[in-house]
Amino acid sequence: MNCEYELYDPSWCPGCGNYMIRTALKQALEELNIPPYKAVIVTGIGQAAKMPHYINANGFNGLHGRALPPAIGIKLSNKDLTVIAESGDGDTYGEGGNHFINTIRRNINIAHFVHDNQIYGLTKGQGSPTTALGQITTLQYEGVKVEPVKPLALSLTMGAGFVARGFSGDIPHLVELMKEAILYKGYAHLDILQPCVVWNKVNTYQWYKDRAYKLPDDYDYTDFDLAYKKALEFGDEIPIGILYKVERETYEDRFEFIRNGKPLVDVKLDPMDAEKLMNDFY
Amino acid sequence: MDYTILIGGAAGQGIETVVHLLERTIKRSGYHVFTYKNYMSMVRGGHNFMQVRFSDKPLYTYKTKVDMIFALTEESVQIHRENLNEDGIILVDDEMLQEEDFYHLSLNKIAKEIGNSKIIPTIGFGAIVKYLGMDIEIAENAVKEMFKDRILEVNLKGLIKGYDIGIEKYSIELKKDENIIINGNQALALGAIAAGVKYYCGYPMTPSTSVMSYISSKASQMGILVDQIEDEVGALNMVLGATYAGVRAMTGSSGGGFALMTEAMSLAGITELPAVIVNAQRPGPATGLSTRTEQGDLRFVIHSGHGEFPKMVISLRTPEDAFYQTARAFNLAEKYQMPVILLTEEYLTDYMMTSKPFEFDKIRIERYLSSKDELEEGRYKRYKYTDNGVSPRINPGQYEDKIVLVDSHEHDEYGNIDEAIETRNKMMDKRMKKFEILANEVEEPWQMGVDNPEILFVAFGATYGALKEAVDELNKEKSSFGALVYGDIWPFPTKLINELGKNAKKIITIEQNRTGQLESLINEKTRLVVGGRILKYDGRPLNGDEIVKEYKKLK
Ligand SMILES: Cc1ncc(C[n+]2csc(CCOP(=O)(O)OP(=O)(O)O)c2C)c(N)n1
Ligand SMILES: [Mg+2]
Repeated sequence: MNCEYELYDPSWCPGCGNYMIRTALKQALEELNIPPYKAVIVTGIGQAAKMPHYINANGFNGLHGRALPPAIGIKLSNKDLTVIAESGDGDTYGEGGNHFINTIRRNINIAHFVHDNQIYGLTKGQGSPTTALGQITTLQYEGVKVEPVKPLALSLTMGAGFVARGFSGDIPHLVELMKEAILYKGYAHLDILQPCVVWNKVNTYQWYKDRAYKLPDDYDYTDFDLAYKKALEFGDEIPIGILYKVERETYEDRFEFIRNGKPLVDVKLDPMDAEKLMNDFY
Repeated sequence: MDYTILIGGAAGQGIETVVHLLERTIKRSGYHVFTYKNYMSMVRGGHNFMQVRFSDKPLYTYKTKVDMIFALTEESVQIHRENLNEDGIILVDDEMLQEEDFYHLSLNKIAKEIGNSKIIPTIGFGAIVKYLGMDIEIAENAVKEMFKDRILEVNLKGLIKGYDIGIEKYSIELKKDENIIINGNQALALGAIAAGVKYYCGYPMTPSTSVMSYISSKASQMGILVDQIEDEVGALNMVLGATYAGVRAMTGSSGGGFALMTEAMSLAGITELPAVIVNAQRPGPATGLSTRTEQGDLRFVIHSGHGEFPKMVISLRTPEDAFYQTARAFNLAEKYQMPVILLTEEYLTDYMMTSKPFEFDKIRIERYLSSKDELEEGRYKRYKYTDNGVSPRINPGQYEDKIVLVDSHEHDEYGNIDEAIETRNKMMDKRMKKFEILANEVEEPWQMGVDNPEILFVAFGATYGALKEAVDELNKEKSSFGALVYGDIWPFPTKLINELGKNAKKIITIEQNRTGQLESLINEKTRLVVGGRILKYDGRPLNGDEIVKEYKKLK
């Protein structure tokens, strides 16, 4: 079986963190031996969200803020597919915030990679939900006046069973995180630090490099309180790695006919199966 | 025989119980039943009423005048007595009201003796069974199906006691019963299940919710994933994910929730993904009258979604129509790879009507998926240009060497972003080509009345029933009336209306909205002139009597 992912020419700016994320994604899928026809990449709108056009996997490039809902529909309809939702920080934590919160509650078996460049890239540099307080942008001339979202703390409090942070500047480490997230049975949240070389002059490659540090080998990622503390750490030091990982029952496993049945897409349809329901109406 | 019983009272008093028992008992005695339900948006209190009408002939609407009022509150006597037929009767508890000519029963006292005040409705039901001379055994069975254990015991006692103390006025002859009794949303849901819906997600909103709750009640048994999700924005996006993956999926809401789906409606348009979406109308704007009826969303659903793309709108006319049209909608959505909107309205979602049993063996499931040998070698073209605009469709994960890419941007044949002038023009033309072809396969409206009417009424959706009885009534006086009632309404079928409209002296539109939205479609799509209009927008459904009255006022 062919497990190699072809790449196509992107329209990202030279030096954009999205290139590194794509390299890691290709490597993670190939190392896991998932063939392209069994993988689906679901995105919203933004620079990050163009991913399905630049790698040869199944793709659903939907609407801004709406990467997660179709990802859910796909996974519930065909549990045999590897479903990866992928989008920017604005897409995920801003426009799609309600879907984000509720997808975590649902715990469907999908991996979620958020390209977090702390800015709106596609629309040319407006503040995003993760832009720092006070940062001057192409729209916030006097600086951003709202507190940033703390994405990992948010997913932890919503009950996510897998919470991690990666850095696009450390590809080997990112590949491992992506593989773990894909293999995790349930919703896996991976926020990826990604420099935007054109629109975010604060959070540069060097800025992240100076701050990102790997969680130590003896870090206990089953300790919720510790994970929560680490999730709030976003200043001079930023932890990367798996902050939290525990087993949780998935949403789909709560349905007997999905857990033990064929993928819904393979169920044969026959109108006569429903005829007996009419008995209630006599 | 054509007899109507009105049951009125406060919400939570058990009106539904009496109505359900009456419906089943009368239907099983071999009669046609039509129940009109009038709710206020309240769980307790307020004034609610329902009218159970029955006859040995098929019924299509409710009557303005009633023959019996079973009043659970004094208020319902005051509100409804003006609509009582001359030889009608009012059934009340003797402790509540003392008036000459009333049919007094000690409902409350008996209930206390039996030891449960909640059984008043059942005692009243027993008295009505006696009054009409119906078979007590059929009534007993209906009670047995409705209650369990100790509650059943007291209700059975109440039924018998009510029957014993009641007076007998009529003697209803038992006939053979072969019908079902069902409302529009139940029928719609049955149609969806028959068509093989495997995923339904939505967010509760009256009057659409009962579609979802019915399917949910059969979900495990039928292997359907029913999902109450965070909002309607997510709902249609989830449905599109599901249909992309290859299952039949559906969502539904009412105006406000449907409004939240319009962004994804447009996504369905450009990604060319099938979807079936229900809009159960209630009066707007905004929250409007949440438990009442209107046809105010016609133009809204036709134009829902930004940009231009093909979609279909089917307005549902009766429960039976809802069943067959829903099943058909799934085929059309997949045939043309587009959204199909089922437009219903509160009146139809709630009224109960006897129908011939639905013929499940008449339902065809046509998926229009392409087999491997219909595909080109090499990369799969999800949006391949074809003569009819429909590209070969496969599911992701189906073939080892094919990946499926859908995209909300303008895209090339593979689904990749492409802004070239040529691509844009060809893709727009390809998508709209589907709409042109669809226009040849839409169904003309249902025709009623005389063949070449002088007066041609035109309506859509659930107004069908009222109009059917009105036309029959008017034709008794002078046989010159006809009517067309639209089901498929977008693309707008024009053949029949042009044929009949040309020769008619006058075209009169009948709509449950303020601005005449169907009339505007006729103006837009034909050269016909609408000469009169009956518009109602008070949230209450039109019936046959009212149409006749309003027509006479027009003249
Ligand atoms: C409903 C809607 N609102 C706004 C937009 C415009 N828009 C597209 S992408 C985007 C923000 C992109 O930022 P982010 O999600 O962080 O992605 P990035 O480009 O940084 O990767 C905006 C505001 C849109 N396409 N749709
Ligand atoms: Mg961004």
